[in-house]
Amino acid sequence: MKSNNLTCPIPFNENERITMAHGGGGKAMQKLIDSCIIETFDNQYLNEKNDSSVLPITNNKIAFTTDSFVIKPIFFPGGDIGSLAVIGTVNDLAVSGAEPRYISAAFIIEEGFLINDLFRIVKSMYETARKVGVEIVTGDTKVVEKGHGDGIYINTTGIGEFNITDLPSSKKIQEGDKIIINGDIARHGMAVMAAREGLEFESTIESDCEELSTIIKKLLDEGIRIHCMRDLTRGGLVSGLVEVIQQTNLSCIIEENKIFVKDEVNAACEILGLDPLYVANEGKFVMIIHQDDENKALKILHESNSGKHAVTIGQVAKTNPGNVLIKNFLGVTRYLEMINGEQLPRIC
Amino acid sequence: MKYIDEYRNRDEIFKYTDEISKIITQEWTLMEVCGGQTHSIVKYGLDQVLPSQVNLLHGPGCPVCVTPLEIIDQAITIAKKENVIFCSFGDMLRVPGSYTDLFSVKAAGNDVRIVYSPLDALKIAKKNPAKKIVFFAVGFETTAPANAMAVYQAALNKTDNFSILVSHVLVPPALETILGSKKNMVQAFLAAGHVCTIMGYQEYIPLAKKYKVPIIVTGFEPFDIVQGVYLCIKQLEEGKFEVENQYIRSVTKDGNVTAMDIVNKVFEITTRKWRGIGAITSSGLKLRNQFQEFDASLVFDTGSIIVKEPEDCISGLILQGIKKPPQCNAFGKTCNPDKPLGATMVSSEGACAAYFNYRKPEEP
Repeated sequence: MKSNNLTCPIPFNENERITMAHGGGGKAMQKLIDSCIIETFDNQYLNEKNDSSVLPITNNKIAFTTDSFVIKPIFFPGGDIGSLAVIGTVNDLAVSGAEPRYISAAFIIEEGFLINDLFRIVKSMYETARKVGVEIVTGDTKVVEKGHGDGIYINTTGIGEFNITDLPSSKKIQEGDKIIINGDIARHGMAVMAAREGLEFESTIESDCEELSTIIKKLLDEGIRIHCMRDLTRGGLVSGLVEVIQQTNLSCIIEENKIFVKDEVNAACEILGLDPLYVANEGKFVMIIHQDDENKALKILHESNSGKHAVTIGQVAKTNPGNVLIKNFLGVTRYLEMINGEQLPRIC
Repeated sequence: MKYIDEYRNRDEIFKYTDEISKIITQEWTLMEVCGGQTHSIVKYGLDQVLPSQVNLLHGPGCPVCVTPLEIIDQAITIAKKENVIFCSFGDMLRVPGSYTDLFSVKAAGNDVRIVYSPLDALKIAKKNPAKKIVFFAVGFETTAPANAMAVYQAALNKTDNFSILVSHVLVPPALETILGSKKNMVQAFLAAGHVCTIMGYQEYIPLAKKYKVPIIVTGFEPFDIVQGVYLCIKQLEEGKFEVENQYIRSVTKDGNVTAMDIVNKVFEITTRKWRGIGAITSSGLKLRNQFQEFDASLVFDTGSIIVKEPEDCISGLILQGIKKPPQCNAFGKTCNPDKPLGATMVSSEGACAAYFNYRKPEEP
């Protein structure tokens, strides 16, 4: 077990790179997978080295989700593709009300990729998974020819178990429900954009990349009546809310001045002409809860690391069904639509 | 955030809307020139907090919107060529030419890149000596200095694999076209603060005098716009027609002399076609003769490109302030940001996109 001393266990030198042989099904591949991946993730299911892992579950319902990660740059302030690949899938399970249990990890690696970088990523996945309490129980490695990939892509699939019977769903949303978000928005998207484009600001913007399963479990354990949840990744806060409310005959009315955007993030958005409401997050979720549970939920959130800056941003109403509306500081209300494609920096 | 928060101060904004209500005695029609201002007005709902006698028309100051279809087609033709890295500001990529857009050209495997400055494109040129790097030099006076600087540096360093496709336009001739039109309804202008940051506002003084319209150089934040409207209404009510500067934190009368120098060194004034409006004499910039080797339209043979605008699109009338987006039959129906008929729906600064994104189609 290498958990206390996570240096690359394989006798590769630090400039050694992935070759086609590492995907060839032979000794090179076995050596890479065994010493770099299996020894790091190290758990009873993976160590069986079967074609599939046999996993125990305690309840009769599971949550099952998958996500692929193609982020560039692969290392960015506040995280890397490895931590993101675990967190992304864990959070998808968590906002369904499930407790994440098992994760698969499939790597598509471009020929020429530094083995040391692969190990950094694998280590980061392990550490993130350990923190959350999920195990990476199966996986796959493929190597593609130079020029046919972008360094590394990772797919993770996750299984979660339910310890609640009354699952969150948009069908449970009702008039008067409170809309709560667990902190500031737009950090991940701007951190990645700044790193990718070499944009320099006075202070480095760090991604908000963070697992949400611990705090969501706490909220559920304390009996908060969470009617629906969404993690706010691509498309940001607006896409999350629109997606949910379109499935109902109700509307969300949120207040712009309740939404917290850090100064440096706001500044970067202003310079590039981007709206933080649409910028990606990786550690933020919005929950729509029974109005009577608002104070209790906020108290629990405020006592946690991932919810320190949690705030109620609005509520569910009957008017304008299927829409998200935002009230600005002038008291003017406007509609929020999902964006078409990516936000693009403006000319001037 | 400094320079932002103080201009989004509710009390200060309402102080000015109250002042406007006190002095206004009739309906007045104002035009905000710049798409950035249009965006602010619609996003913050400033037209809804101003007295109803203030009618705001949206002007032609959206660089993406006024770039002629022919030049977008020309860009597409160049971007498709072998060995070319085509660089552009992001919002030009989605603009449809007559048959495709730059995003699709990129998707088809051509090297099209979003950059944040023409100087970044120049860096790409230095890194890729075997490729030809073309920058899509679109915009008003605001972006001209950086584009001029890129060409100037390319000439200085003999970077011979770099060129720009120029579609630069100038604000004052467009205002004169609007004012000179028989259909003109504009009684005062909010001039574009960032254009004037570069150019100053000397050239607006004869316009204000000739057409008897107040011109207020105005910023982009909600407070700027409301204060700019107040200054317009005050002059209109007093029968004055002067050029005033609301955006004093950025604009001086003489502008940024260093920036203007580099523009004059590299560019000269030419007639340009404005999408939806037509050719306007002396309304654009082109590279001077000694910089012709950096002119992508000469470096690449793109043939002659003749295109037709979609018949249902009234973006020309919108750009001139004659119509507003909801008055278009196609608005929100056959035309939306997913499938724009005209450029005013494409750019986030375009009036149609602003209305579409922030209001429902049925709202005026």
